Formats: sequence, structure tokens, C-alpha cells
Amino acid sequence: MNEQTPVSPPDGETTDADEQTTTAVEGDNHATTNDTVTTGAESVVAALEQAGAETLFGVQGGAIMPVYDALYDSEELTHITMAHEQGASHAADAYGIVSGEPGVCLATSGPGATNLVTGIADASMDSDPMIALTGQVPTNFVGNDAFQETDTVGVTQPVTKHSYFADDSDTVGTEVGEAFALADAGRQGPTLVDLPKDVTQGETDEFPGDPETPDTDNPPTTADEAAVDSAAAALAESEKPVILAGGGVIKADASDELRQFAREYEVPVVTTMPGIGSFPEDHELSLEWAGMHGTGYANMAVTNTDCMLAIGTRFDDRLTGGVETFAPDAEILHLDIDPAEISKNVEADYPLIGDAKQVLRQLDDAMPVAYEALDTSPADYETWRDQCAEWKDEYEMSYDMPEDEPLKPQYVVERFSELADDDAIVTTGVGQHQMWASQFWTFTEPRTWVSSHGLGTMGYGVPSAIGAKIAAPDTEVVCFDGDGSFLMTVQELSVAVREDLDVTYVVLNNEAVGMVRQWQDGFYEGRRMASEYPWIPQFDMLAEAFGARGFRLEDYESVDEVIRKARSYDGPSVVDAIIDPAENVYPMVPSGGDNGLFALNGDQLGDI
Amino acid sequence: MDGPHPDDRMRPAGRRNSQGIRIDPEAEATHRPRKAVLSTLVNHEPGVLAEVSGLFSRRQFNIESLTVGATDDDEVARMTIVIEEPEPGIEQAKKQLRKLVPVISVEELKPEAVQRELVLVKVSAELPDDVNAVADMYDGNVVDASPETITVEVTGSQQKIEAAVAAFDQFDVQEVVRTGAAAVERGADVLEDTRRKTTEVSDTAATPETATDD
Repeated sequence: MNEQTPVSPPDGETTDADEQTTTAVEGDNHATTNDTVTTGAESVVAALEQAGAETLFGVQGGAIMPVYDALYDSEELTHITMAHEQGASHAADAYGIVSGEPGVCLATSGPGATNLVTGIADASMDSDPMIALTGQVPTNFVGNDAFQETDTVGVTQPVTKHSYFADDSDTVGTEVGEAFALADAGRQGPTLVDLPKDVTQGETDEFPGDPETPDTDNPPTTADEAAVDSAAAALAESEKPVILAGGGVIKADASDELRQFAREYEVPVVTTMPGIGSFPEDHELSLEWAGMHGTGYANMAVTNTDCMLAIGTRFDDRLTGGVETFAPDAEILHLDIDPAEISKNVEADYPLIGDAKQVLRQLDDAMPVAYEALDTSPADYETWRDQCAEWKDEYEMSYDMPEDEPLKPQYVVERFSELADDDAIVTTGVGQHQMWASQFWTFTEPRTWVSSHGLGTMGYGVPSAIGAKIAAPDTEVVCFDGDGSFLMTVQELSVAVREDLDVTYVVLNNEAVGMVRQWQDGFYEGRRMASEYPWIPQFDMLAEAFGARGFRLEDYESVDEVIRKARSYDGPSVVDAIIDPAENVYPMVPSGGDNGLFALNGDQLGDI
Repeated sequence: MDGPHPDDRMRPAGRRNSQGIRIDPEAEATHRPRKAVLSTLVNHEPGVLAEVSGLFSRRQFNIESLTVGATDDDEVARMTIVIEEPEPGIEQAKKQLRKLVPVISVEELKPEAVQRELVLVKVSAELPDDVNAVADMYDGNVVDASPETITVEVTGSQQKIEAAVAAFDQFDVQEVVRTGAAAVERGADVLEDTRRKTTEVSDTAATPETATDD
């Protein structure tokens, strides 16, 4: 936000804040070494450097100017100016997902801060590590409805792990370090520090301490041994086990442990959507992901299992459908680092509270003992594994490509998945295109699926691809977007061009808010209110106007060629893929429905 | 997409209730709400009350009363929260409270814990002797009297307070002001400070003996 008037008192009134401005601007005492600071703002920057931050995503503005001024001297921090604060928070979120370290976003007070909120809430729902720093009016103005004042802590408290209000130049740096550490600790998530202008401008020589989590924060590490043993016994005794791998597996860097465990004991693996990539989807034990638009075989497995080892998942309603019919025959072994997730939505018969990586190792140690004690072995699961394999055949993911119908989006995703690097990162907006991308791309590695799950934020795609590319500059980044989602944050293309980021955007363009239209057709008698666009821009031309390369894709014959051209262009490119507007997403479990009764097509949707 | 119709698929036999708990499909069972007193130590800093009350409202925990006050440690305040929830809700409330950064510790007090509440009842002064008699029955004190109204203070358990308020009902009640419960475990049990690195406690010596209470 550009400031229209300075966030300082009217002329004639001199305050501490004014005097401090003078000091900060005129004094030739900017920090030049890494271990001294002279202002609160320099302490904030030093804290970020100490915490290991490298890149910040933000937008300038009045109340945050002292922090930006201090950034001017930082050699370790790179700032990416985004077009809109929402873009900054999504980019930081994606950076956090891909790097595993908290992404940092900055904005000024008032509208700058409120524009960040969507991205903060998104990070909160998906437990993505992120820290937001917001400017605030000087403390003596707080509460007076000053220009660009918003109660940022009040607005954001419900969607952060904690929101800090810095009120002292001497401690502001340490507080930023604490917020950074907290975002990364235990169950990751967003934190925020609100920075009044007088606090950042204020003089201090207090160099921030090492980033430390607050002393009330004490995340668990290993699980109780007795709990591990009884959980292992339940798994050893079961006949139809399944592993449900959530986003927590990826957050805990436990993919290797998961893979080893599943292969060793030959247990079929279903993931949640945020858990995509934790287990290779081309492995024979993989059933891909379960939930509203998950595969039929994953939903059959979670519905009929007698023992579910659920790891790092919060049993979201889009995963479970109605809880009354979710895995109703299964004993639930729930491994989570957050005790509050245990028995929140689905009762855990065997709670395992701890870090996924460490507890999976504990379980791995306990399994042989459990099998021996019960005189069972992984071979006993063979009938069940065969059943799962049969479901994979029966409910195979497929789509038709009639010659007289327009291009099918699934084909575009599938071809791109074939042509792209094996470790390519895929980001998305939210809607039908997101489902097709997650269904028809073959994910094999963690941190390659970057999406907005819990909050379902349309517009996440364009900025998240920027954050992902900056976190992994040598990795291919592809963003599948919908026309509706793309239009919500298209301005961030200017950033991708300015920063010369080699990102390929594919807009699966059906000229509609397709998921809403699909629901209107399914549940609102086809009354398509406000879901179809009578007119939308040509995205290839729009891309060119931004300085990116634009391509238009309309037929099957040119799919491979256009993908190759877009990939080989060294910079951001946008493929406007004109797809069949009649295509819908299946399988589908209606909201609150029974996962085992997923519809494979529109006719079945009418029958259930 | 092809594949067997929903009617032709393998089906599980079991069922869960709406709280995600596996149940006998023939017998519907749900947890009845019960009252729980949560005693909580929190950092004594601005915004804590808003954070705690915000948690309860956004997660739809049914709160009956919430009191907050200082403790013998300047940096620590105590909240006593009375909620009425089914068992899973009570467990959730405790666990979600523990996640808040300024919250130091959370315990549910045993049912036999000492619980006290104070009420001020302002009634019409038309029958002063009768008001006094009722006040005496509940060990109450008249704390204010005017030609029009009498205000009585009563302290005690929640049941006693409710009985007292009901008894005053006959005197044309003008206002009832209740404080909500303050509560403490009986015997030697105390709420532990579970902070990772306990900050230096300077006042290890017990506070001077205070006047004995009633």
C-alpha cells in the first residue's frame, strides 16, 4: 500500500516517534557489521538473518518503512516485491512448503496486514511454516483509529499459532526470532509479529538473542513406549491394514521412514491430499489419495479396512466424508505431533503422540516383536493386498476422449506429467483444475505438491509458483490453474517476469468457476448462478502483455508440442488450454457422504 | 469413469457416531454434556483473555463462566473456566487451551474441589425484615440499603448461589450480579507450572500469612 499521508502526528506536534525518525534517517549509524544494531528495525532484520531466513516476500508501505529501510543494508536477505500482499503471503507459504523452513512475508499496517490474512489463514489450515511481519501505527496512536490502523493481532490471532505485538525496541528482535522458531516448531504453522513504527524506529543496541520458542511451547518427540507396543500389536493382529499418510509425514520429513515401513510390512498406503508425495504413487502399494475426489480404490480401502495407521492427518471432512461412515470397522492408530488432533474428529483407539519420523522408527522397532508374539506376519495381509489390487483395476482412473468433444483437461495434466522432470513441483489454484492435477499427475516425491487444501483459496496458484521457484530455483515448477483462480491473482505474473522465474503456468480454461458449476448441476438442479463467465480475457495475450510468453492450446495434436515449447522457454510462460467446459471431476463423494459410495459419473451421483 | 455401482460394492458392517466414535450400529450412544471446571495458569499479559475467550467462541465450546485474577506471582494470572460439554468436547477444550502460547498449564479440577462464587442481589426494600431473614438463611450480608432497594452479598457454592437467588425472587429482584466460580483443589494438590525452562522464581518464600477466611 502506498501511503498517502505519513503515519505521524499533524505538524506542530512533536512526539518521540518524530524524534526517533530524525535519528534513524539522519544519523550515520546504520549497522554495518552483523553483530550490532542501532534501531528496533535493525534488530528485526538481524533476527531474521540469525534465524536463517534468506528471502522475504512483501509490499512496502508507511508503517513498515523502517523495517524496509533496515533491509537496505542487509546482505543476507533478498526481498521480492509482490504485486499484492495476498501474493506475498501465498508465496511465503509455498516457500515454506518447498523449503521446509518458515517463509517470511511483510506488509504495512491496515490494508497491508488485512490483505495478508487470506494467506495466513491458508498456512494455518495446512500447518505451513510461515512468519508474517506487519507494520503498525506508533504505539501512542494505537487504539485511536489512526490512518491505516487495524487491530492486526486481534484479526489474526484465530489463524496463527500466535500473534505478537511488539512494544519495546529492545526486545522486538528477540520476539521476531521467537515467532520464527515457533512457526517451525512442533506442528508448523504461521506466526505474526505486529511492529509499531515507533518500536522499529526506536533506538536500541540490544542484539536479538538466538531464536528460541516460547517457554510454554513443548512439542512431543517420541511416543510413549507402551502406546507404541500396543499400537504395533493392533497392526500385527489386523487382517486388512492401511496406512493413511497425511501432510504431517511431509512436514516431519518422515517420507523415508514411511516408505521403509510400508515396504517392510507390505501395508497398502493411502494419502490425504496434503500427504501427496509422501509415498510414490507409482508404487504397487500406493492407492493414491482418499477423500471427496480421491481414487475409488483409496476410498474402498479406507472404508473397508480393519486397522488404520493414520499419520499426521487431522481427519478433515473432505477426507472423511460423514464421520459416521468413515472407516467404521477400523481400529484407528493415530500418530500426530499435536495432541489436540487426537480424537478431535475421529476417535483414536491407539493414540501415538509425537514426531512422525521418530515414532515411525519406534513402531518399526516394535513390529517384529508384535508379529512374533501374535504369531502373525505381513504375509497374512496378502488377501487384503490382493483385494486392494483388484480395486485398482476395477476403479481405474480414466477419462474418455471422444473426437467430437473439446480437449479434456485430464489429458493435458497426464501428458505434462510424462514430459516434465521427475522431481518437478506442481502448484495449483483451487477448483476442478486442482483435482485433475492431483489425480492425473504422478507424484513420487515429498514437497512436490504445493496446494491450498484446508482453506481452499482460489488464487493460490500464481503466487505459490513464485514462492516454490524461489525456494527451489533448480527444480522445474509447473502451476495448473483454473481461469477463475488465475484471474484472482494474475497480477503476480508481473513479479514472475521481473524476477525472471522459469515457471510454466497452465490455465485449464473452461470459462467457468467449474467446481461450483459442477455442484449446481449436481445439487441445485442445474441453476448456474454466477458460475459461468460470459466473457474472459485471452490468457495467452494477457501473458504477453505482462512480458511472459503466451501459448494457446485447443486440440489434442498440439498438446505435446505446446508443453515442450512452454517448458523450454526460459522465463514465465502461460498456456491457455481451452478445455471441454462440460467435463466434471469424478470420482466424487458428496459432502458429508459415505466414502465407499463414491460416484464414478453423473448417473451414479444421482443414485446415491 | 467405469466401475461397479455403489450398490454392488463391498460394505463395512460398523458405524461411528457423530463424534467419530465407533458404536454398535444397533444402539445409538452419545456422550451427555457434563460440567467441568478448568483451572488455568496464564502469562499475565495483555490480550490473554481475548485469546482464551476467542478460542472458546470459535470452537463453539459452551462456556458457563470465566474468571480471571492475579496470583502470588506477578507474571502469572489464573483463569477458572467452567464449561458444559460432552466428554470429547471437554478433552478438546483442555488440549486446545494448552496450545495457546500464553497458557502455562491447564487442569480439570476434581468434582470435590472447593468452588466459591459471589453474588450481589439488589431487591426492593419494601419488606426489609423479610429480606434480612432470607439473607441470614444464606449467610449473606446486606452491603447496601436505600429507601428503595437493598443489596445483599452471598458467597458459596454454585448450588447455594442459585438457591439464594431463587429465594430472593419474592422481593422483586432488580439486579443479579454473579462473579463466576473461583475454585481450588482440596488438600495438597496444586496446579503445576509446566513451562519448559521455569523463569527464576524470586519469591520462593511463602507470602505472609493473610487473614483467615470465613
